[in-house]
Amino acid sequence: MTGADIGWWGVPLAILGGAIRVSTPFLFVSLGECLTERSGRINLGLEGTLVFGAMSGYAVAYETNSAWLGVLAAAIAGSMFGLFHGWICKLPRVNDIAIGIALMLFGMGLAFFFGKPYIQPVAPDLPAFEFGAWSSLPQMQAALKVNVLFLVGIVLAIAMAWMFRATRLGLTIRVVGDSTDSARALGINPDLVRLLATGAGGALAGVAGAYLSLYYPGSWNEGISSGQGLMAVALVIFARWNPINCFWAALMFGGAGALGPALQSVGVSQGYYLFYAAPYVLTLVVLVATSSGRGLLASAPGSLSITK
Amino acid sequence: MSADITAETPAKGTSLQLGHILRRAEPIIISLIAMLAGLALFGLFLLAVGKSPITFYELVYKAGFGSAFSWQNTLSRAAPLLLSALCVALPARLGLVVIGGEGAIVLGGVAAGAAGMYLPGLPGAIGIAAMMIAAAIAGGAWIGAVGAMRHYRGVNETISSLLMAYIAIALMNHLVEGPLRDPASLNKPSTAPIEAAYRIGEMPFLGTHWGLGLGVLACIACWVLIDRTSWGFAARIAGGNTRAAEVQGLPVGRLVIGFTALGGALAGLAGMMEVAAVHGSANASLAAGYGYTGILIAFLARHNPLAIIPVALLLAGFEASSGLVQRRLDLPDATVLVLQGFVFITILLSETAYGRFKLFRPDEWRRK
Repeated sequence: MTGADIGWWGVPLAILGGAIRVSTPFLFVSLGECLTERSGRINLGLEGTLVFGAMSGYAVAYETNSAWLGVLAAAIAGSMFGLFHGWICKLPRVNDIAIGIALMLFGMGLAFFFGKPYIQPVAPDLPAFEFGAWSSLPQMQAALKVNVLFLVGIVLAIAMAWMFRATRLGLTIRVVGDSTDSARALGINPDLVRLLATGAGGALAGVAGAYLSLYYPGSWNEGISSGQGLMAVALVIFARWNPINCFWAALMFGGAGALGPALQSVGVSQGYYLFYAAPYVLTLVVLVATSSGRGLLASAPGSLSITK
Repeated sequence: MSADITAETPAKGTSLQLGHILRRAEPIIISLIAMLAGLALFGLFLLAVGKSPITFYELVYKAGFGSAFSWQNTLSRAAPLLLSALCVALPARLGLVVIGGEGAIVLGGVAAGAAGMYLPGLPGAIGIAAMMIAAAIAGGAWIGAVGAMRHYRGVNETISSLLMAYIAIALMNHLVEGPLRDPASLNKPSTAPIEAAYRIGEMPFLGTHWGLGLGVLACIACWVLIDRTSWGFAARIAGGNTRAAEVQGLPVGRLVIGFTALGGALAGLAGMMEVAAVHGSANASLAAGYGYTGILIAFLARHNPLAIIPVALLLAGFEASSGLVQRRLDLPDATVLVLQGFVFITILLSETAYGRFKLFRPDEWRRK
């Protein structure tokens, strides 16, 4: 390969390519969490949903030999987790943060339980566009190989932003998220809206998991997720509950995640594990920088428990 | 439930004492029922995947609690669980949900391993004390930082503590594969084995290491701290209503940072015990998931340090038996995680049952 020819230029290229590859799961989970949080509920369990989505997507893709059926299965499984979360949180005195932790552990446990027989077999991959075909550099070709789901995610982010701004549905979700009492006064059933928003958010997290197991890294194993589902929760706070910002934040997090492998590709192996921690450090720095001492954030949905 | 039948009986002449006992009994009975429901649901799950729940629970009993040898295994697994559950229960008194105890365990273990490496040749007791101090400082600083971020910047402690756990594990990998690596550890990068004089021995009669004694003592001390001291009282006030506590002049910041740091220091000691009594050096085995089981234990015990002791023993028994159960029933090793998930969900669901049964409020019996 001509890897050594372009020397250090390989690093920004690898980060760009990595950002596109690594950001897709962040994008889907954060859009799902954004939708859920806009309705006034927080789902910390998306990490478990994501892992279960990765497993179920991979398993179904392997059994049916169709990657897209895998994605569909992951979305359905994810929405089941979301609806379950939403149903439990409807009960009085149940803490949505604690339920999220429980479902995170439960989802991972179930995924590992049922996923054991699928660690060896090879399932079909999701298709990708070769936007880098014009270039003769293999690095450029690799960087611009864009998966279909990444583009779907962009469209979804724009559609969701439009929905919140301009549609009746978006307005309904925002009212429920800002004030349960106002929603009731308008004749909206806040529990139902939150249930559906949590279910839809879970479906998106399931798709994010399917992307992990069906495209990048592209196989199912127990270490497939490295906290993307959890970081997405922090990412949504950083993105100020705005779907378009979620996209940019996901790209940034993807780039941070690609830093370690990119440096390794040009031969920097010193401190590999520390670079591996870059996305977590970045998330933490972003959280510290964007939270405020008073605890309440200006653009946060009013009835969100995490901002109180 | 026979409990409901007794509630119907007229309660003429109920003494204050009975009312007190019943109110005290409410969390215990509801938690027990919820836990049994979780175990029953898991039994149904086993049936659904074609395994016998009766054999499963029989094997758990045999391998976890049935013999002196299995008790020994259970008790030594309980040691880190007790301490990591306290790392969740202490901040919970202030209304904080800290779930990153795993990070403090891992770093505590690495700090203890490093202290053992750089301070050779001391008398055993002093060497052990140095390792304990190093571990407590590392764990305390790690989780204390979570509390500080919460207090000064309003950063959600649940998310930040879990992020800190991921960072801690990366840091441990960096240290044991780099600066602290013992060149002799080939297949499994580790710190240098600690001296024989610094190893923690076994407790008399129990056949398990002193980590268990430390854990039980820590639970009792934390109960005294929370239930019998003014600091614990202040923490409970601050947990109930931060604004009111601030108006009262309570040092909310110091309480938040102090309780999180204390919890982290205890989890760090759990890591130290794993190094000094079990593994003999710090390596990736430290990230064994004790921190996550500790979350479940703290919630099952309703964040009561004394209740943590029996709950930790029970869950340690499940973990100790998992190897045998999986081999006999041909189940994957995630089986214990699924079981824990079922129990976790039913115990959180049971929160909604509080105050619904008149049995526990004798003063309302007369009103019909």
